[in-house]
Order: sequence, then structure tokens, then C-alpha cells
Amino acid sequence: MISTNNRSVNGITNSFLNMEEEVTLKKLVANQSIRVENLDVFIEDQHILKDVNLTIPEKSITCVIGPSGCGKSTFLKTLNRMHDESPEVKISGKVFVDDENIYGPGINVIDTRKKMGLLAQRPCPLPMSIYENVAYGPRIHGIKRRKAINQTVIQYLQYVGLWDEVRERVHTSATRLSIGQQQRLCLARGLAIEPEYILGDEATSALDPLSTKKIEELFVKLKEKYTIILVTHTLRQARRIADYIIFMYLGKIIEEGPTESFFNNPKKQLTKDYLSGSFS
Amino acid sequence: MIMKYLEEKIFKVIMICAAMIILSVLVYIIGTVFYRGFPALSLDMVTKLPGGGFYLGKEGGVLNAIVGSLYIILGSLVISIFLSVPLVIYINFYLPAKSVFSSVIRFSLDILFGIPSIVYGAFGFALMIFLGIRASLLGGIITVAMLIMPIMMRSFDEITRLLTRDLPDALLSLGATKYEMAKVILRQLMPGLVTAILLAVGRGIGDAATVLFTAGYTDNIPSALNQPAATLPLSIFFQLGSPVEEVQNRAYASAIILTAIILAISFSARYFSSKFSKNKI
Repeated sequence: MISTNNRSVNGITNSFLNMEEEVTLKKLVANQSIRVENLDVFIEDQHILKDVNLTIPEKSITCVIGPSGCGKSTFLKTLNRMHDESPEVKISGKVFVDDENIYGPGINVIDTRKKMGLLAQRPCPLPMSIYENVAYGPRIHGIKRRKAINQTVIQYLQYVGLWDEVRERVHTSATRLSIGQQQRLCLARGLAIEPEYILGDEATSALDPLSTKKIEELFVKLKEKYTIILVTHTLRQARRIADYIIFMYLGKIIEEGPTESFFNNPKKQLTKDYLSGSFS
Repeated sequence: MIMKYLEEKIFKVIMICAAMIILSVLVYIIGTVFYRGFPALSLDMVTKLPGGGFYLGKEGGVLNAIVGSLYIILGSLVISIFLSVPLVIYINFYLPAKSVFSSVIRFSLDILFGIPSIVYGAFGFALMIFLGIRASLLGGIITVAMLIMPIMMRSFDEITRLLTRDLPDALLSLGATKYEMAKVILRQLMPGLVTAILLAVGRGIGDAATVLFTAGYTDNIPSALNQPAATLPLSIFFQLGSPVEEVQNRAYASAIILTAIILAISFSARYFSSKFSKNKI
């Protein structure tokens, strides 16, 4: 829906698009990113996010760091409108995704969520086979042809490096996979809906070091095509993979910047304290 | 130190006693039923309708009651499943977590849960008089459905509440609608639904008071919804009331049949639920 809107704004209608134009248009859309303006979030009477303003750089990994309870996860949830499910959450401000305010009028929540692949803290495979887990997203978004679905499933399972491990048993239950494999399956499932952004909510905190490494490698590979936003409280992880760091404390953005300069010469005293482990 | 040791001992004894008492009550009940009923149990009991002089200890069986009970429980299960599943999905996934409406529903179901079955029987009977229906299979099905619905709803609801937010969130973030989400969640909840159905069957099939006025009693197998139907609990009740010892023993035999039916239903339900939910988390 949204992309058709964009297309008509650009003066091109869907039916007149030839392949080449569509490709350039997709690139154009992908060039745009997330911009947050004056975002305030209240949960009941608590002021969780206080006047957040930021721009997420496209096609790179942005890590949101900060101590527990600083509003990192709440922030992530505002990006795919998952707060809609809890009526006690009040949101004011604007979040522009591809230059469109997702809290504006006439926005389809499902289209917004479809643009964001979410990787949760604990992997949660759907109660189906490995194959069906990946096929689920394309199916509910209207892809019916078996060949197309088959291709998508294999493509994304290969992409996350799971295909060779599970090709013999793709039609068995996804819950028999190890937890690290499950997390990669969840990533493949999220990628299969063809999002533009990937959100990770402490996506490796439940995993062993080896699985964590695999997921991190995937993120680095994925940033060529996607804009990735990760919430993490492992500073070392942020240092390893992030291009851009946002440090939050008590609902406010304290400092942000490219990874190198953020870690090497932080400007605020609070950031220095956090990085040196004075509080966590 | 000695106090601690004593405490441990005393509680262990209490726990073992409680377990033994429950076990012995169960053994005693089943023992009595089998002791008196097993000699009276024959192929005729389960394959024949009551013949002439059945209530005087002559030929025939209780096939009418077996079939009637199965008809009534199956019919009421259909009604209550079709109402329970949407209700539980609605109060758990559509209404907000702290909704007043869902707590009102849960509270009223708890009250309905505690209402004695004879009251449901009386209510069903009054409803039937109002609608002009006579004691029939339909009346029995509706009344038993009213009796078992609160049990099914509340137990399914309790199991559904145990589900963490992970699965719904995962589905919603993939861009699923609420309805698409509910369909997947229902798959996950299948074993819970089966448990709820079993509890409901256990209460519904063994209840005499609800069917006493509403389903009536007959020596024949009902062939339409507006005909009266016999049920096993009532058949036990009538046979026990007989002065003839042979007929009384048949009551115990009928009790064995009823127990066997419940066991068969629960084993098959467990079997099918584990078959269908191989992919559960």
C-alpha cells in the first residue's frame, strides 16, 4: 500500500513500471531510512521515552545501548507499532519510515510491520515444521504459488546458513532445533516477508557464544541490503558489529555517534561512566 | 536440630497419608463397582435394548442408555466447543490484558461453574416448557451443553493464559492479522483444548440431574432430536432403585460401562491430540 502511494507520488503508476524502473525505485525507497521526531512514550503514568529525536543511518548497523529499564526495548517497539496491542501505552511524536509518519492517519499497521523484520530475545518458532515457519510470512501476505514459496524458503534458509543443517528434515517440527538454530530460523522467517529493516531486541542474549557469533556474522552480511537496529546490553557486541551507537539513559538519548569515536572519545561524563562500568 | 528432623518426619507422614487415603477411596469405589457389576456384565448388556421384564431381572441390556448418553454428550460438545473457542480467544487475545469485560466474563463463568446440576436441569426444563419442547434428545443436549460450557471455557481459558506473549508477538510482528494469529495459536493450544474437553465430558456424561427432566427416559434408541433419550446415569439410578438384586447388580455393570466409555474417550483424545500437536513448543 505504502509503496504504491510512493509510486503515485513519484508520478509513476504501478502498471507502467517496467523491470528496470522498479529496481531503481526499490533502491530509492531503500535509500530512505528512519527518522524519529519528538517521540514521547508513556506507559500508564510512567514517562518511558522523553523527547527522543534521532535519525537511523541506512544500510548499516545501529546499536542502541544503555542500562536495563532505560527504554531501549520500548523504543524498538515503537518502530513496528507493537505498542498498539497494549492500550496503556500512549505515544506522541512522529516516526518517519521511508518519509512517512507511521503514527500518522491512514497508516496500515500491517504494512508497517511487514517492513520490519523483528528478531526477539528468545527465539519463538511457530508450532509448525521448519519449512512452514519460513513459508508462513509469504503465505499470509498473499503468495500462493507453491513454486514461489518453495524458492523463498530455500533461499532464506540458505541465507542464514541453516539449509545444509536441516535439508533432510525441513518438514519436521521446528522446536527440535537447537536454540541457536531456532534463532537463525526466526531470522529467515523474518527475512521471508521481505522487510527493509531488521530490528533485534537483544537477539543474542539467550544464545551460546558460537551461535551468537553466527548471528553477528549474519547481521554484518545483512547490512548490505537492510538497515539494522539492534538493542543490546553487551558493549563488546556493539563494538564488534555496530556502525553507529545510540546511548540511552532513563528514557533520554545521552549521546550518539559512529562506533569508533563513541567508544574512543565519549563526550559526556555519563557515557564515560557507563563505558567504564561505573553503573550498568 | 531435632526439631528440624521431626518437622521433616511429620510432614512426610502427613503427605503419605493424604496420598494413601485418596488412593484407597479410589480403589474401594472401583473395587465395589467391579465386585458387584462384573458378574452381571455380559455381551447382552452392551448390545441389547431392555427386553420384556428387564426391570424384574429378565433379559435385555442398556444399549438405549449407552447410545443416548453418547448422543447427548457429542451434541453438547459440538455446541460448547463452538462457543468456548471464540470466547476464550476473544477474552485472551482481542481484549486488553486488564480489561473489565474479560474479568466480568471470568467471574460469571466461575459462578456458573459452581451452580449445581439440578438447577441447570430445572432451568432447562423451564426453558423447554417456554419453547414448547417436550423431554427430548434436543432438550438434553442443550441443558448438558449449559452445564459443561463453564467448565470447558474456564479450563481452556486458564491454559490459554499460561501462554507467554512470545508467540502472539512473533506472529503480529510478521504482519499477521489477529485472526491469522489466533489460528496459529489455536494449534499451539490444541492439547489444552483437549484437556478442557475431557474435563467437560467427565462432568457431562456422568450427570443425572440435568437429563432427568430434559432428556427423559426411554427403552428405545432415539432416531430424531425430538424424541426422548435414555442416559447411563439415569439407567444406573433406575436400576439401583429396583428391589430385585439382579437388577441392582446391573446398575453396577452399567457403571463399569460408563467408566469404560470415559476412559476410552480420554485415551483416544490424548492419542489424537499428541498426533496433531507434534509441532508444539
